[in-house]
Amino acid sequence: MKLLRLKPGHGEVVLAEGDLEVPEQEAELIAAFRRELDAGMWAAVPTIGTQGRREAEMVKRFQDVPRDAERVIFFPRAAGGAR
Amino acid sequence: MPLALAATALVLLVLLWQLALPQLRRALTRHRRGSSPAQEPGYDPGRELRAEQRARRLLRSCINQEEWEMYRDLGFLRVWGTDAVAAAAGAPTAYLIYPHLPILAYLPQTGALLGEYCIAFPDHTRPYGSPRLPDSDDVLAKWFALVGDEQGLIAGANMHLPGRQIAVPKLRQDLLALARWESERAAALAQTLVL
Repeated sequence: MKLLRLKPGHGEVVLAEGDLEVPEQEAELIAAFRRELDAGMWAAVPTIGTQGRREAEMVKRFQDVPRDAERVIFFPRAAGGAR
Repeated sequence: MPLALAATALVLLVLLWQLALPQLRRALTRHRRGSSPAQEPGYDPGRELRAEQRARRLLRSCINQEEWEMYRDLGFLRVWGTDAVAAAAGAPTAYLIYPHLPILAYLPQTGALLGEYCIAFPDHTRPYGSPRLPDSDDVLAKWFALVGDEQGLIAGANMHLPGRQIAVPKLRQDLLALARWESERAAALAQTLVL
């Protein structure tokens, strides 16, 4: 699993990468996940729906990330635009 | 007589105000957005171009093929609303996602424009001076938020009538372009199947 973050002036950066079956790597992924959420990021997991369509899930806890997810993508929290 | 003149002047002022209001709003929006990224200190066109290329690759890897081709060819993409929102609107709804512009909600059956949902994803850490994500990353963030939590995104966005930030004639033009694009794509697919 890879944790990516969208970044101005750069595009995505890899924050962490690891195998969930390896406890140390899972712990690193969880720590990186929490860091991003604490920093105010939103997390999305690209998924494939039942009919093969690409979809996405917004997740707020690492436990909600599907175990077979390849990527979790963080991006800045939405703010209402012009009022 | 002076009273009549004053009343006429007042009516004229109100009419002029009504006429100037849309342009004033647009100017205010431009002012609030600040200067273009190219005018910001530390702006590096090469870096921004590489960032955008990277963002386009990521976007392509996350969205559906049809959506990617739509964005590549038209510069925006359409996302269908979920049943819950459709039921509230009384008909299927859809959204147009543009980079760094509001999300437009409309009714595909009638072409009626419902509203602009103003939403932004500013990165306050400003790693290179600007809080703006590359265009395609902004589109991807909107796509994630719409597909993953449509109701949440809509609830958190500032909604305005169509035409506030994206001119209505442009929206009509884009919807026509989308319809044309879809019919050409369908014809090309049909031809592939026949062959």
